[in-house]
Amino acid sequence: MIDKIKKVFETENGKAFIPFITAGDPDAESTVKFVLEMERAGADMIELGIPFSDPTAEGVVIQEANIRALKGGMTTDTAFGIVEKIRAQSEIPLAFMTYINPVFHYGYERFFAKCEELNVGAIILPDCPYEESGELKDIAESHNVAVVTMISPTSDDRIRRVAKDAKGFIYVVSSMGVTGVRTEFNTDLDKIVTALKNETDVPCAIGFGISTPEQAKRMASISDGAIVGSAIVRIVAEHGRDAAPYIYEFVKSMKDAVAEA
Amino acid sequence: MGKGRFGIHGGQYITETLMNELIRLEEAYEHYKNDKDFNDELNHLFNTYAGRPSLLYYADKMTKDLGGAKIYLKREDLNHTGSHKINNVLGQALLAKKMGKTRLIAETGAGQHGVATATAAALLDMECEVFMGKEDTDRQALNVYRMELLGAKVHAVTTGTMTLKDAVNDAMREWSNRVSDTHYCLGSVMGPHPFPTIVRDFQSIISKEARAQILEAEGKLPAAVIACVGGGSNSIGSFYNFIEDKDVELIGCEAAGLGIDTDKHAATIAKGSIGIFHGMKSYFCQDEYGQIAPVYSISAGLDYPGIGPEHAYLHDIGRAQYVPITDEEAVDAFEYLSRTEGIIPAIESAHAVAQARKIAKNYSKDQSIIICISGRGDKDVAAIARYRGVDIHD
Repeated sequence: MIDKIKKVFETENGKAFIPFITAGDPDAESTVKFVLEMERAGADMIELGIPFSDPTAEGVVIQEANIRALKGGMTTDTAFGIVEKIRAQSEIPLAFMTYINPVFHYGYERFFAKCEELNVGAIILPDCPYEESGELKDIAESHNVAVVTMISPTSDDRIRRVAKDAKGFIYVVSSMGVTGVRTEFNTDLDKIVTALKNETDVPCAIGFGISTPEQAKRMASISDGAIVGSAIVRIVAEHGRDAAPYIYEFVKSMKDAVAEA
Repeated sequence: MGKGRFGIHGGQYITETLMNELIRLEEAYEHYKNDKDFNDELNHLFNTYAGRPSLLYYADKMTKDLGGAKIYLKREDLNHTGSHKINNVLGQALLAKKMGKTRLIAETGAGQHGVATATAAALLDMECEVFMGKEDTDRQALNVYRMELLGAKVHAVTTGTMTLKDAVNDAMREWSNRVSDTHYCLGSVMGPHPFPTIVRDFQSIISKEARAQILEAEGKLPAAVIACVGGGSNSIGSFYNFIEDKDVELIGCEAAGLGIDTDKHAATIAKGSIGIFHGMKSYFCQDEYGQIAPVYSISAGLDYPGIGPEHAYLHDIGRAQYVPITDEEAVDAFEYLSRTEGIIPAIESAHAVAQARKIAKNYSKDQSIIICISGRGDKDVAAIARYRGVDIHD
């Protein structure tokens, strides 16, 4: 079933567009609507953020989305509730993005069993590096959930070790620092992707800082896909419950660009 | 399971971007901790700059007043910059310099660690930026200006609860943005491995000295060692060389704020549960979904929702006990030590003094208790005045 994530990348040109939103921002009902809208706009998989009080890998835009969602009463259970509502209408591939503490606290077994039940195929945990993933990886995989491996500009010699166990897809962090829109990328991403491809045939997508169709196209051309978060969360911050048409328009422009990569 | 475990606690729960830097830091530390030149240089700074060894002072009036064990105060407040923080900072700054770093960043709560880091940076010609919660920059305005005087840049952190945990968040974010020339000079025995070990080792000078000093003064080990615990650096430093001395009680004092039955406290062991945050598995104040709880203490330095992993382990195995002390008890102890011994302790350290006042009479006159006075209280005077309803300006 982890192969399902692989299918995300089986598009016409083999490239995927993966948008992110924070669950519960501004409320649960809107999140369901936004996800369905992103699917309609051509998203190949959707990354759903379960908010955390202290998101240390996020820039200001997603930090604020986390705070808005938590203030609105968002919990891990309501995040699963959102997925239930999505699943009543759609089979779009989904991945969770959150921090390790909410998952640890929910209970690894209970959390991943719930993911399996709702067909959430992958989880991204930026504060759980390869060295610490042992405590949850087997449990996640027993429930057909891939724990996504992250690679960053500073991974260097770690790429070989870390990539060999990768499942689902690999998240290549484009830049130093935290999430957030960037105007330029200084990392030699070609080199990182080439090193990865020498180690594994698991697809890899690039995220952090991507906000324009040109950037998305470029990232998808050197890898297997582009992941975009802050640029979409910014639209939600601006338009709130009425963000759906703006999200649709943005995601469509990004997907079209990725399809040309 | 990753490295740096204390029982089930500790580990390296940190972003991939920082992993290689932590590995480099560990390698550098493992090399230099046994390097004679490095240790000579550090000891030279300790002795000629920081004012070590710090005194172990016999508090005669307090002893007589409490009517039990002999009370000794380990005077970390007499160190340069006014607290134990300088021990760790000089060690880390020197290590960072050996690693070729030119810039130090740090988080700070009360401002003591920020001041110590700014001091070391000035001394060793390094750039320095300190992250401090907006609430703390307001209540510790003097320390902000002090850091600026020393040449550091202070960032008032306006995210989250605007206190110590948010300062750590932003310092981590900044470090992941710029690692090549920057060392994150973490101020407590917390965070991802190797920080809890490095900071403990540099702070263990406190108990190394205190153990020798009490043996010299009393001819035997103390009955108890008491220290306040936020992240837990002065306490682990005070405990460390007594851990093997099974008859010596080790007592950590957590901030109970307005009381552990209210939601205004920072009593991690009393009220927290196991979690994973700020790079480590340990006990944290958090809700049923693992969201980190807002914590409160009159003491900015203890206003932290977690505790270092080695303390969590000492708690689990029953080697140390952790007790909650309220704001009111701490303020009383702050005033008590000032009047009784003419020593104004940091409000953090006053939590330890408060516990000694409670238990001293349970011991006999031929037993002794060591209290770590982790810092001096000048920084707290205005806040204590406000607490007592006296309106003075800093």
